[in-house]
Amino acid sequence: MARPAELQLDQPSPETLTVSLTGPWKLGKDIPSTDEVASKVDSLGRLQRIEVNGEQVTQWDSGLLIFLASLKKIAAEKKIALVNVGLPEGARRLLELAAAVPEKKDARKAEEKKTFLLHLGDETVDFFQSCGDLLEFVGETAVAFVKMLSGRAQFRRADLGLILESCSGQALPIVALISFLVGMILAFIGMIQLALFGAQIFVADLVGIAMVRLMAAIMTGIVMAGRTGGAFAAQLGTMQVNQEIDALKTLGISPMEYLVLPRMLGLALMMPLLALYANVMGVLGGAVVAIGNPDINMTQYYLQTVKAVGLWDLGIGLFSSVVFGVIVALSGCMRGMQCGRSASAVGDAATSAVVTAIVGIIVSTAIITIITSVLGI
Amino acid sequence: MGHAPPVNKTDVEGENIQPMTATPEKEPHIIVKDLTMAYGDFVVMRDLTFTINRGDVFIIMGGSGCGKSTMMTILIGLKSPAKGQVFYGDEDFWGLDDDARDVIIRRAGVMYQSGALWSSMTLAENVSLPLETYTELTPAQIDEVVRLKMALVGLGGFEEFYPSEISGGMQKRAGIARAMALDPEILFFDEPSAGLDPVSARRLDDLIIELSESLRTTMVVVTHELASIFTIGTNSVFLDASKRTMTATGNPSELLAETKDPTLRLFLTRGEQS
Ligand SMILES: Nc1ncnc2c1ncn2[C@@H]1O[C@H](COP(=O)(O)OP(=O)(O)OP(=O)(O)O)[C@@H](O)[C@H]1O
Ligand SMILES: [Mg+2]
Repeated sequence: MARPAELQLDQPSPETLTVSLTGPWKLGKDIPSTDEVASKVDSLGRLQRIEVNGEQVTQWDSGLLIFLASLKKIAAEKKIALVNVGLPEGARRLLELAAAVPEKKDARKAEEKKTFLLHLGDETVDFFQSCGDLLEFVGETAVAFVKMLSGRAQFRRADLGLILESCSGQALPIVALISFLVGMILAFIGMIQLALFGAQIFVADLVGIAMVRLMAAIMTGIVMAGRTGGAFAAQLGTMQVNQEIDALKTLGISPMEYLVLPRMLGLALMMPLLALYANVMGVLGGAVVAIGNPDINMTQYYLQTVKAVGLWDLGIGLFSSVVFGVIVALSGCMRGMQCGRSASAVGDAATSAVVTAIVGIIVSTAIITIITSVLGI
Repeated sequence: MGHAPPVNKTDVEGENIQPMTATPEKEPHIIVKDLTMAYGDFVVMRDLTFTINRGDVFIIMGGSGCGKSTMMTILIGLKSPAKGQVFYGDEDFWGLDDDARDVIIRRAGVMYQSGALWSSMTLAENVSLPLETYTELTPAQIDEVVRLKMALVGLGGFEEFYPSEISGGMQKRAGIARAMALDPEILFFDEPSAGLDPVSARRLDDLIIELSESLRTTMVVVTHELASIFTIGTNSVFLDASKRTMTATGNPSELLAETKDPTLRLFLTRGEQS
């Protein structure tokens, strides 16, 4: 480019300022800013006209337009007439178009600064609100469940089938891997401690009871929270964004029955089966570590496990897994249904579904543990 | 791309805009040659051959589902044609490697049928992302450009809003502002005026005419709006869904005057004459 864009200021008479533009006025080509004009205008007291001469402009694009727009603003602020002398016709008309719809002043959002107390108050109100939402959601789900028991709930059996498949068979590999490893880890740690007393065989008790009563359910719960709970939230959230849920509602189909119920049912039915499977894998994992010890063989380990693990343990484990299934499905569906209307809201919904589910799992484990120990079972 | 001498045009206030007559010199910008588009085995359109000249407002028209959006995805490099070529200038667009194609398409702006705004960013951030990525402008300059583009589509003052907080028509217009951010040489619009009120649609037409006349931006517009087609279109192609090919190309007003094809006639007259 031979010459850069240039700006020249002249004052033919005391009331008039001429702004002459020359060269290519294109974005990013170091075009002059209006600061020079502004300071000149400030220094000249009794200016009445600014004449803009653009006859020497060779090329232009938005660069010229933003310069002119900002010049216009300066002139308007100082109540000086802005006169156009030979500006490119197209530029003039584009500026007119830009000014055709006045800027929505009230549209701009007020960025209010919150004090700490205000923040605290808001958060507290939000917290109680969300507790209320949770209760409401649980209530609605319960209503939908009762309706299903009486055979009046509307949902597609095919959907239930798909959900059953995705929370059972497709989850098997990851559940197997995790519980096998957890069984191994428990056995390793147990072996080291028990070896001090020469009581290595009791590692079977440790692994068996821990897995069957607690760990298998918790681990499947957490895996399913990440895998399925997050997916539920993302699915329902996307449906919310696309107004699919609105479309169901206007058809008179309850999203609680149509979307939430099958997911809830699917997880609550499949979780105990997954937990059972995880029990087996966990005990196997423990066994692999234990029979690495020359003093223990497979039969001993098996007999010791059978002796240690009672029916109560199994019952408590399976009961917990049903509870966890309901928690994971509830939090996934609830966060999905509460989702905002944008892609990032879907991401937030999935994240908070997983967090809610895991917190729920841990809290309910604590409650179950306290109850069972009070009851002495 | 800016041509300084004012373009002669009789109307000043934006009233009575006539369909533009032939552009000064016709320089081909995009040439489509013997193109077939398909999804797998399903052929959407075949044997498409037409030329889009620099500074044209080129209308892609045809019934719903005939393949207009698909045509656009091929022209902007998102989907490869099943057969045939697309030339930008004299470069065979689909014969180039990905990087070279990116360089070409960076000079184009695209407005998608559904707006396709990035939902985690405000409108201002949506428009400024291309500027931040591809120019060396200062934040203050970027801010000014953003405000100008938003004002051009009539959204001045809505810079800090998120896409989910504005209406469908406003999202469309914001999409147009984003497409225009870099002052591209070519603008692709997929149904820009669908969902706009008549006044906004008219202002959008004015904007399209202004950009094509004063900056000689080439416009490729997919639209069904007959009023728009005749107001802004300087050239067009008609895709016939039943024949699975194009049946006409040329200035829409001339096509209406001259065509003998009943399908096209029906389309251009809203089905009023048979
Ligand atoms: N991803 C896809 N996979 C398979 N077929 C598709 C896909 N997208 C579109 N089609 C088919 O290609 C054809 C053309 O679709 P396209 O979206 O291009 O239509 P259009 O002309 O833009 O329609 P409209 O005016 O309704 O937007 C349609 O028949 C559609 O069924
Ligand atoms: Mg389309």
